[in-house]
Amino acid sequence: MADSKYLVGVFDDGDELLHAVEDIRHQGVKIHEAYTPFAIHGLDKALGYSFPRMGVAAFLFGITGTCCALLLTFWTMGVDWPINVGGKNFFPFPTNIPIVFELTVLLAAFGMSFTFFFMEDLGPTSKPIIFDVRSTDDKFVLAIDLAKNKLSENEISKLLKESGASEVNVKEI
Amino acid sequence: MAHSTHEIPSTEERFEFKSETKRNLIIAALIGVVMVAIGSFLLSKGWSIGVWESHGGEHAAVGHESAGHGEHGSEHGVTLFARIIANIWMNSVYFLGISIVGAFFIAYNYIAKAGWSSSIKRVAEAMPSFVIVPGLILIILMALPSTRHIVMHWTHDGIMNPSSEHYDKIIAGKAWYLNLPFYFVRLIAYIVVWYFGWKAIRKYSLLEDEMGGLENYYKGRNASKLFMVFFAVTASTSAWDLSMVIDTHWFSTMFGWYHLASWHVAGLATMMLIILLLKDQGYLKIVNESHLHDLGKFIFGFSVFWTYVWFSQYLLIFYANLPEETIYFRERFTGFQGRYWWPFHISLVLNFFFPFLILMARNSKRRPTFLKLGSVSVIIGHWFDFYQMHMPGIAKDQGGIGIIEWGTTLTFASLFIYFVANELSKANLYPKNHPFLEESMHHDI
Repeated sequence: MADSKYLVGVFDDGDELLHAVEDIRHQGVKIHEAYTPFAIHGLDKALGYSFPRMGVAAFLFGITGTCCALLLTFWTMGVDWPINVGGKNFFPFPTNIPIVFELTVLLAAFGMSFTFFFMEDLGPTSKPIIFDVRSTDDKFVLAIDLAKNKLSENEISKLLKESGASEVNVKEI
Repeated sequence: MAHSTHEIPSTEERFEFKSETKRNLIIAALIGVVMVAIGSFLLSKGWSIGVWESHGGEHAAVGHESAGHGEHGSEHGVTLFARIIANIWMNSVYFLGISIVGAFFIAYNYIAKAGWSSSIKRVAEAMPSFVIVPGLILIILMALPSTRHIVMHWTHDGIMNPSSEHYDKIIAGKAWYLNLPFYFVRLIAYIVVWYFGWKAIRKYSLLEDEMGGLENYYKGRNASKLFMVFFAVTASTSAWDLSMVIDTHWFSTMFGWYHLASWHVAGLATMMLIILLLKDQGYLKIVNESHLHDLGKFIFGFSVFWTYVWFSQYLLIFYANLPEETIYFRERFTGFQGRYWWPFHISLVLNFFFPFLILMARNSKRRPTFLKLGSVSVIIGHWFDFYQMHMPGIAKDQGGIGIIEWGTTLTFASLFIYFVANELSKANLYPKNHPFLEESMHHDI
């Protein structure tokens, strides 16, 4: 049963796709997603994506790591089982910096990875939609959700052809 | 459309070094000298305006009031002189580093075949023209016996002679490295090879402007490689020779890295500040947000690197707790009535916490206001870093931060700006025939 219907424009060249994205968006057509074999410089800006706020996630996970490490070392070294090391304080601050640093980096790295997997729906159970399998090889693919656009199928198809698509297919999912 | 057609400015652009600015800079340098004279005069009278110097000042005042100005007065004169010499030495080392980092920056960018940096290359290229001034000052300070005895404890007479009463076994054990002939060979080699290494890189860069083609680019790259091989070794040895041997007994295997990290990030921050000030005056239109972002990342990264190296050195000494090593930090925490506690900790805040927080976000690395704040913080912070490296060993309990320090720094900074601006005005602000200039114009991250 076809829930939604997509128009799939296939391009031979990355630059053509980039210009097509700009032209088509200029006509007020909403683009579902672009699929390319490799990263194309400036495509994210052309698609109108805002800069990802991964840095915020990294900061929050990192600061969590810092706090956890401080708490861990403080509890184990300072409170629960104090050990006299070379006559120093039971909770000498500099000694704890390496573990604080390591846990900050660890939590920030893991947190960012899992945030990315979660947000992009990547993982063992996710089933990615492949609009055209050649987009993993040498073709540049543009998917447009017809339900979300006011223009008719023919008009969008014509737009895609005009902006350089070598073929336009229909994909129902 | 926005993505492909960056507005490409003209590549012909000359920096104009106005005679009015020249005059003002020379006046500022002279004011600095006058400030040192006034500060010394006031201190010798027992008046203190600066911070952390009060105790020394009171001490002097007591000495004068108790009518013992015969011996005590002359002794105090020497130690106040030591503070002035310490200031000149410290600022020389600091500005020598900032200057040579310009050549270091070009060298590693050439070796890495980096394209983005070619638009800001001329700024880095102008900085090492100042190397000759602090270099000569360091050589002169070492050549005069009276000043070299103040700076370098190991040059004292008889300190390596077993029959002398000043004999010091530990220092005598270092005589194979710390002897005057070898020291002078090293010191002169640093200054001369660094200066002429930069001259060679500069020469090919200027020839490229006239001739075009790739020939001079390759020659410049070979000069960079040779410079880098020499600098890789001398960055460490100069750190020992200029800073570490002041505390002659003490040594740290991390010191070369620590010193270079300090120089490097201060030099990068200076470069950033020069670029932003030039942009404010309408120059360097070719430099866009992405160049600033990349250089901002350099500053952010290397201020963290400095902290990493600094902390690694500190942690090992703290943890091992060996008296001959901890004395270094003892002097800086509680030694000399605790006068070096504040400079030491201010250096940590300005070099790590402040730039770390202010330059962390992507957007702040693309905004001139934040970059200026971060750069100024790093430049001042590393001044404090060099202050706490050199002062406890040279000025000892006469240290402080007052008119003398401000004056010396003002003189050095004005001369530095004079030399850099003069060198900038000699050539086009962009290397107009550089093979990567086109790539740099379109730099977009």
